[in-house]
Amino acid sequence: MAATLHSALQNLRETKVWKSIFRRGPANTNRTRSIAVFGNLFLHWLPVKVREKSLRVRASYYLGSISFILFIVLFVTGILLMFYYHPAVPHAYRDMKDLQFVVANGIFLRNLHRLAAHLMVFAVFWHMFHVFYRGGYKPPHEFNWVVGVVLLLVTLFLSYTGYLLPWDQLAFWAVTVGTNIISAMPVVGNKTRFLLLGGNIVGENALLRFYVLHVVILPLLAFLLIGIHFWRVQKDGGLTARSKGDDGKE
Amino acid sequence: MEKNKIETGFSSDAKKEARRVVFVTKKTSAKVVGDPGPQLMTYPHLLIREAMAFQLLVIAMVLVALFWDAPLEQLANPLLTPNPAKAPWYFLGLQELLHFFPPFVAGILIPTLVVVLITVIILLAFLAVFHAWTIFAPTALVAALLLFSYTVREGQKGWLNVLATKSLSWWVMTWFIAVAVCLTVVGTFFRGPGWSWVWPWRTHAG
Repeated sequence: MAATLHSALQNLRETKVWKSIFRRGPANTNRTRSIAVFGNLFLHWLPVKVREKSLRVRASYYLGSISFILFIVLFVTGILLMFYYHPAVPHAYRDMKDLQFVVANGIFLRNLHRLAAHLMVFAVFWHMFHVFYRGGYKPPHEFNWVVGVVLLLVTLFLSYTGYLLPWDQLAFWAVTVGTNIISAMPVVGNKTRFLLLGGNIVGENALLRFYVLHVVILPLLAFLLIGIHFWRVQKDGGLTARSKGDDGKE
Repeated sequence: MEKNKIETGFSSDAKKEARRVVFVTKKTSAKVVGDPGPQLMTYPHLLIREAMAFQLLVIAMVLVALFWDAPLEQLANPLLTPNPAKAPWYFLGLQELLHFFPPFVAGILIPTLVVVLITVIILLAFLAVFHAWTIFAPTALVAALLLFSYTVREGQKGWLNVLATKSLSWWVMTWFIAVAVCLTVVGTFFRGPGWSWVWPWRTHAG
């Protein structure tokens, strides 16, 4: 059975249609394996070869990958949740109740989104600390470190704007506490708070603004920065190599 | 069919690579670059690991999400403040600071400084190798005095014992001034051609 499947797959890879899509036959030589990476839009920022050391779990704990995987999970579950959500008062809260009692697997969808969100904040922090202690910020990786810091802030704002959306007591007061801090900024504090909330209190306008930030502006920014971040990892020579007598500089 | 010269067979891997032997920098002589070790093909070795990470993580999260419900409290009510009203966990450190400091310090100044610090930390790396001794030396001196101030018992006399009465802001300012004075004095009197060390009472060419 397995052998039949294997040969069927092999035959499929030799067909004209397969080659027209993937621009190669089966990836059974190092040449075709290379083409498999740099000939593919979604993989082309990866190097064709990687150091064996960089693949070891202890080199990275795959924390960058995990952060990105969580982002993808959030993207998918987030879009599904958007089908059931109205960014209005008090519909938003009713939609939460509907997710729990009416929508098939609605509560599961929300659980998964929330779990991935908290894990992503956690993973991104851990990723940053781990990169720091490995010396991953050293030349020529300085710019990518700065991009990473901005990505951490985007992650925090994504999580924070999402926190308001259920419009329950927890959401309302957490955001009220947070946005009151903004008004402590000198000169522009109150103006900035007004801009963010669309008013002087956390109300219907604030919900709509946080919603737009959460589902459009911040995810677009995150995608853009993640693209730069990944691309620079390869351009800067891959993960920081740490070998004996090496001070981290490549 | 003619055999492709590059073809190495299904079981082999790209363990060899073109690699840099020496590395010449401005300041030092040629330096042998450490062996980066063997390499593997991204397809399939990296991709299979990424795929496994994806599947394991999603399976684990699905299991947790099946049994652990996201909390949902009562409808938001601006007239009913819960006590305590808490921010999400990653902002609770800030809220703890707000307990002690005014909102501007805890909410704006400290977070801004932290973000600036973790951004420029890459430039501060030289401190770790003590190259910038004109920063390190006064920092160490002030740190030593700070440590000493904790050993002082109440009522003891002497000019050093006054240190025990100083506030944190005094220490931060003193540190800043010590570093600034050290940098300025060294730069003014002790630097000569090529920014090398010179004694100001000795005449030198140049």
